This record gives sequence, structure tokens and C-alpha cells, in this order.
Amino acid sequence: MTIQLLAFYFFAFFAVLGALLVISLRNPVHAVLSLVMTFFSVACIWMLLDAEFLALALIVVYVGAVMVLFLFVVMMLDIKVAAAREGFIRYLPVGIGVALIMLAEMIAMIGVRAMRVAPPPNPATMRGESNVAWIGQALYTRYLLPFEVAALILTVGIVAAVALTLRQRTGVRHQSASQQVAAVARDRVRLVSMPAERGDDGAKS
Amino acid sequence: MITLAHYIVLGAVLFCIAVAGIFINRKNVIVLLMAIELMLLAVNINFIAFSRFLGDVSGQVFVFFILTVAAAEAAIGLAILTLLFRNRRTINVAEFDDLRG
Amino acid sequence: MISTSILLAIVLAPLLGALLAGLLRKQIGRVGAHSVTILGVGIACGLSLWVFWQLVWGGAAIYNHNIYTWFQIGSIGAHVGFQIDRLSALMMVVVSFVSLMVHIYTVGYMAEDDGYQRFFSYIALFTFFMLMLVMSNNFLQLFFGWEGVGLVSYLLIGFWYKKPSASFAGMKAFVVNRVGDLGFVLGIAAVLYFLGSLSYSQVFAHAPSLVGRSIEIIPGHSWSAATLICILLFIGAMGKSAQVPLHVWLPDSMEGPTPISALIHAATMVTAGVFMVARMSPLFELSTTALSMVLVIGATGAFFLGLIGITQWDIKRVIAYSTLSQLGYMMAALGASAYAAGIFHLMTHAFFKALLFLGAGSVIMSMHHEQDMRYMGGLRRYMPITYFTMWVGALALCGIPPFSGFYSKDAIIDAVGMSHIWGSSYAYWCVLLGVFVTATYTFRMMYLTFHGKEHFRVDQHAGHGHDDDAHHERGVLAHTPHESPWVVTLPLVLLAIPSLLAGMFAVQPLLYGNFFGSAIFVLPAHNVLGEMATHFHGVLPLTLHAVFTAPFWIAIAGIVVSSYVYLFNPGLADTIKRALGPIYRVIDNKFYFDEFYDAVFTRGSVALGRTLWKRADDGVIDGVVVNGSASLVDRVATRARALQSGLLYHYAFAMILGLILLLAGFVFVGRA
Repeated sequence: MTIQLLAFYFFAFFAVLGALLVISLRNPVHAVLSLVMTFFSVACIWMLLDAEFLALALIVVYVGAVMVLFLFVVMMLDIKVAAAREGFIRYLPVGIGVALIMLAEMIAMIGVRAMRVAPPPNPATMRGESNVAWIGQALYTRYLLPFEVAALILTVGIVAAVALTLRQRTGVRHQSASQQVAAVARDRVRLVSMPAERGDDGAKS
Repeated sequence: MITLAHYIVLGAVLFCIAVAGIFINRKNVIVLLMAIELMLLAVNINFIAFSRFLGDVSGQVFVFFILTVAAAEAAIGLAILTLLFRNRRTINVAEFDDLRG
Repeated sequence: MISTSILLAIVLAPLLGALLAGLLRKQIGRVGAHSVTILGVGIACGLSLWVFWQLVWGGAAIYNHNIYTWFQIGSIGAHVGFQIDRLSALMMVVVSFVSLMVHIYTVGYMAEDDGYQRFFSYIALFTFFMLMLVMSNNFLQLFFGWEGVGLVSYLLIGFWYKKPSASFAGMKAFVVNRVGDLGFVLGIAAVLYFLGSLSYSQVFAHAPSLVGRSIEIIPGHSWSAATLICILLFIGAMGKSAQVPLHVWLPDSMEGPTPISALIHAATMVTAGVFMVARMSPLFELSTTALSMVLVIGATGAFFLGLIGITQWDIKRVIAYSTLSQLGYMMAALGASAYAAGIFHLMTHAFFKALLFLGAGSVIMSMHHEQDMRYMGGLRRYMPITYFTMWVGALALCGIPPFSGFYSKDAIIDAVGMSHIWGSSYAYWCVLLGVFVTATYTFRMMYLTFHGKEHFRVDQHAGHGHDDDAHHERGVLAHTPHESPWVVTLPLVLLAIPSLLAGMFAVQPLLYGNFFGSAIFVLPAHNVLGEMATHFHGVLPLTLHAVFTAPFWIAIAGIVVSSYVYLFNPGLADTIKRALGPIYRVIDNKFYFDEFYDAVFTRGSVALGRTLWKRADDGVIDGVVVNGSASLVDRVATRARALQSGLLYHYAFAMILGLILLLAGFVFVGRA
């Protein structure tokens, strides 16, 4: 058993454990944190596959951005933990049954025995270039147009997320900085000159 | 020695856990979204493993795109979720039956 | 030389007359209508006589040409064409001559009828169709004429369409004829199927190739092709020529005006079946089975339908049953392969039966449309010409030498007697006894009508009977019976001449002189007429020899019985009637044919229709197919609606279930 295989089993164990926790923990915050653990473990497994760029991208994009977004939403929403897990026991057998059947079928269909092959030498390493250079070479030549489209999708995603959650509240008072800055004394104060009056006369009249 | 089969089986296991999660969780939309993320992750493992074992970079490029789309999907999904919660004061899946028309 | 234009003139002149009289009846009026149609039919008659003359004495060749092609499909062509040989020429003469006589007669008979022009239009149209039928050179045109005369027959039986019984009789004739026509059409189709042509000349040339061919209609039972074709064609002839058991329409057709009873339902149209079978002799000769069928059916009609005539009181119905009987004789002759004798009898019968009908019409006119013989009697004093000419017809009908009927009927009886095919001995007895029956009812009719006591009285105040039958007391006339006008008596006289003489002059050439030549084909083994020719020593010896033959004495016996019962001892008829109670009832009810058809076919089809309506239409089509499919959709939708819960995890579950099944398919099926 090589050190790589050992590392694989280690990370795979935590990935599966995290996944099981995701679907079984009562508290959504804990579930999100378990998902983070799964992502992290899988990123390590990707490292074993010489996919350093994607492994790091997974950690940065998912763990750093998406999962934090999840956490943010979970915490922002007022979710009753007890109610959120109702019926867990009731549906557990069905879920496990379906999952096991699917797993058996997938493994049977893929034909795992036929895939007991050692990995071939990595073409990028043989050429002496890094994984990032390998991907970048493909991404900016052959896949340039899809790459641009992906960027567009992200932009649309941002716009859509903002547009969906934006709320125009009526009757809310808020300060307008530009107006504050643009304000000058002349607009607010009017100095008038009045002749002084004699006190007693005025009081009597 | 880690063979292709190891990775494929790991992907399948993660995928099936995600499927089970969709079944088990009837109350929380956020867990459903997380299960979908898990599924995409399982698929990504397959892609990268095949890319490595075939010596072809296209698989990794594909994963790149999937990550992009998944990020956008998560963002929009959460936005919709927020909107939903704001309007209905709940994220209970069993109460969302507007599709019945 | 026979030219195409003359033949076209023969058929088109009556058609033109019919169209003018029918479409322009207001413009040309009564006189115009009968003038154009009589002119048209007169032209046809004159030219037919000329054509006949050319063929028989002028040495003209047989004319057989197509003059118009309707359509051509591959090798099968539908043509209009004429085949004029001696057979068709003889028919043309008979048809156009009798038609002309009837046209002239109608001027007097229908003088007071509102449908005067319509009637002339119809009978001229009938002449056109009948001529097309007999002159045709192919099966399709034969069928055209065949259906055309059927149509006109329907129109004319129901001529007085305001009378319900006339309408029903017309429909009955039409429906019964459809039964026969179905067979006829199938027969034509079978001819086309086996021989690949509709033209007479080609079909007859290839007819011998039918021998040995067969067809399996019901699997396991093969039928000889020739027998099948002939029986199907004969079924057509049974309908048109009113043979047992399709004869039921003919007595009812007497609801029509008397002139058409004479023209269509006695002299010409009903003989179309006889003509057709004679025309198809090359086919019929190939099938002894079919010939036997023709013989037996014909002979059965000749005897049993004649019996019914003895019990009838309506003068026209007596003659109608007589027609059925005589048509049976003709068919029997054809069945015995004595085609020439059949055609000969057709010709003589056309003359004397038309004469009898027109005479009966004359009597009916003078009796103010009273047809019941019980209210007649003693009319000979009032209408001598009618009396005299009808006796000529009656004696011809009974076959008393030297009247024409004797020669033709005697030949038929001899021919049937000499035939050796299956059923010929039965047929022989039928035709022999038929002579007795014929003599009996004929003389009964003559005695009841013209002799004996007057069974009517004259009452000047009794109103004019035939306009309003409801207020008319039967047997009471407004004025004394009188002889009919000359337009009525002239045709009687003109028809009496051939009724008397046609047999005498035609017997030798027609029967024994190979008159028809190639038009009629007889196998040597069936050639009964050829056998009879060896005993033939001239007309005079034949006539004198009659005294020594059985049919003559049988006829005399019939006359004696009839004379005794109806002339000298009128009370005896009722005694006999009572003595023969059950038999009399069966005959008086026409052997219950109508009741049988009513019970089986009419009620049967009504019941079938009701069943189909209730069960098939309401039950299956409406209940199961139409409403059933709707309610099925409704039920399925009610169930399926539950599937649309709107809950996400149900949809996800369905998706995953589908995925599992797909995977299972790949695992268990895809691998194999």
C-alpha cells in the first residue's frame, strides 16, 4: 500500500463522512460546515490526480465563496431547527434503499473490474509544464468562446441574484449622501434683517 | 496503487448519498441545494479522473465550466430562496405546491 | 348495308322524343308530346324493320363495332357499341313494334290523365333503354340498358304516385330487382375476372377456355368457373324476368297503367332475361349444371305460377300470372338448349300478351277503371272489336293451332321432352300440365269478362266513377259500356295480326332453318332442335299433326273444364273451391311467397337493423368508442391528476425512479 493509496482512503473517508453528515445533521449550519469538509477532502483527492489548479479553484471558489454564501443565507434566515428535520426517520429507509439500488446499478454498469488500470504518465509533466499551463493552453485557445460564455453566465448570475433580492421599500427614511454633500448654507438658512421693536409697547398691544 | 475504479466508485458513492439526501429532506430547501452541489462534485470527480487516466485536458476544462455554472446556480438559487422565505416565511419543501396550479 | 348512323338513329330517336316530351312538356303540350314520341318510336320501328330486312333478305353482314369509348383501363375498355345480328335485329323489331303500338294506344288510354306528357316521356325513354340493351355488343352496355329499363319500370309502376299501393309496388319491384342485379353484376365481374374482356365477341371466343377452370369461394369447395358465371348471370335474369323465387314483384307491378303492363311487364322488359340468356348461349352451353337450374326454375314457374292465375279476380293480375307462367316456358326452353324456341316464344308472346293486356285495358276503360272480373260479364255485345281481338290473343296463349302460340309452345314442350339433362323429366311434366292450367285460366278470364250475365248495372246518376273512387259503388256504371276509340282498337287489330300469323310463318325458318346463325351457340350433344328438325315436314303437317299430340288434348281438356265450370254451371266454382279448401287457400295466397319474404327478409332486416342500432351503434360505437373513450380519458385524467401534486420531491422522486429504470435497462438489457 503506497502512501498515495493511504492518502486516497483518508481523504475519501472524510469526503463520504462529510456527505453523510450533510444530509443527516439537524442544524443547517453544521450541515454547511460538513459540506465544506467534503469539498476540502475532494480537493485533496483532486491533488492526487494532478489537478492542482482545479483543486485550488474548488477551495477558493466553493469553500471561500459559495459555502460562505450558504452560511450567510442559513444564518440570515430564521429557521427552526427542530421543524427542519421532521420526517427524517420516516423517509430514511426509502432514501437509503434508493441510494443503494442506484449505487449497485452504477457500479454494475460501469464495470469497475475493467477499470483496474494504473494511470498513464501525465502528458503535462512529461513535457515539463505545469497543470495550470496545460489547462490555460486549452482554455484560451480551443475553449476561448465557451470561456467567454462562462464569464457572461457569471455576470448574468450576479445581476440576477441582485435583481431577485433587491427590495424597494416604501416609506423608509434614509439619508442621501450626495444631497448632504451638495447642501450649502444658502439653501438651509435665510438671513433676514428686521427692525428692532420696543419691548413694552408690543407687549401691551 | 490508486486505480480508476477507486475514483469512479468514490464519485458514485457521493452521488448516491446526494440522491438519498434529496429523498430524506422534506423540510429544508437549503439542504436540497447542498445535495445538488454534492452531486455536481461527484460528477466533477469522474471528469477529473477520466481526464487524468486518458491524458486529455478536456475533462478538466469541463470541470472548470461546471464550477462556473454551479457557482452561478448557487448564487441564483440562494437568491430565490431568500425571496421565497421573505414572501412565505418558510423554507419547508412540503409547503411549496404552487406547481399544481 | 347497315350503317352506324342508322343504328344511332334507331336508339336516339326515342331518346330525343323522351327528352322533348319530358323536359318541354308545358311548351309542346299533349298533342306535341305524343307526336314527338310516336314519331321517334316510329322512326326506330321503321329503321329496325329495315335493318331486319337487310340482315335476313338483303344479305347484309353482321354489324359489330364500337362507336364510342367511354374509358380504357389497361386492356379493359368500356365502350358503347352495337352488335346487330339476327337475334338482336329480331328483338329490335319486336321491341320497337310493340312499343309503337303501345304509344298509339296510350293516346286513347291516358287521354284524361294529368301525367300525359310524363307518361309518354317515360315509355319513349324505356324504348331507348330497351334498344340499348338488345343492341349492345358488350356486357357493360347491356347492364346500362338493364338498369335503365329497371329504372323506367320503377317510375311507371309508381306512375300514379299519389296512390300508396302503386308507390309500394314500384319500390317492391325495384328492391326485388336489386337482388337479381347483384347476381348480374357479380356475373359480369366474374366474366371480366376469368376472361379479361367485356366485349361479347371476345368473351365468346375465349369461352371454351373456361372449361376445367374453377374458383374457391368458400375454401375447400371449388366451383366450376362456367357454372359460377352462368348461375350469377341467371340470377340477374331471374330478377328481371320474374322467375321463381324472384317473381313476386311482377303481379304487384299491375298497379301501373295498363299500357306499361303490356309493354314493359309483359312484352319486352321482362323478356330481357330470356334474351340475355340466349345471348350468353356460348357460356351457358359450357355448364350443364346452370342449364339444369334454368330448366327447373323455368318449368316450376310455368306450372305453379300459372295455378295462381286461376284464383285471381283482377283481370290484369290474371294476365300477369299468365305472363309469369309464359316466362317460365321461355326459360325452360333455354334450359333445354332450345334457345331458338325460347326466342320464338318470346316473340309470339310479346305480340299476343301485349294484345291481351291492351284488350284488358280497353275493357277497363269501358268499365270506368273497374278491374274486378266479378263486376264484368257479357261485355261482348258492347265492345266487339276488343272481344274479337282478345279471343285471338287468348287462343294464341292457350296454344291452339294455328295461332302463333301453338307453334312456339309446342316446340318448347317437345324440346324439354327431348332434353336429357338433370331435371328434364320434372320440367316436362311441369310444362305439360302448364298447358292445362293456361287454358283454364285464359278461358275463365274470357268467360267472366265477355260472356255470361252482366254483373254490373247502369245508373245515370252514379257520377263519374274513376275520378273519385271513394264515393263509387262497385259494379255501378254511369253509362253503358262502349267500344274504345280507334287509337285503342287500331293497336289491338295490328297486334292481332302477328298473334295469329307470326307462328305460322316464322316457325320453319326460326326453329329449323338455322335462322340465328352464329348468334346462338348450341353444343351438338344438347341440340334438341336439330333432333326435332328431323321430324319436321312443313308447317301444314305440323299443324295437322297437333291433333295427335298430348299438349293439344291437354289444352282442350283445360278449355272444356273451364267452359263447364264458368260458362255453363257458374255455381260449380264455389263448390270446387270449398272442396279443395286448403289447396285453394295456398294457391290463392300465392304460395305465401310474400308472407315468407315479409317474415324473413323484411322483418329480419328490420330486426337486424334494430339490433345493430341498439347494440352496435348505441352500445358499441356511442357507448364504447365515443363516450367510452371520453370517459376513459376522464378516468385516466382523474387518476393522473393526483400525480401532479406540485411537490418538488415527488417530481424528483419520479426523475430518480426513471434514472434507476434507465440504468437497470442498461445493466440488464444493454449488456445482452
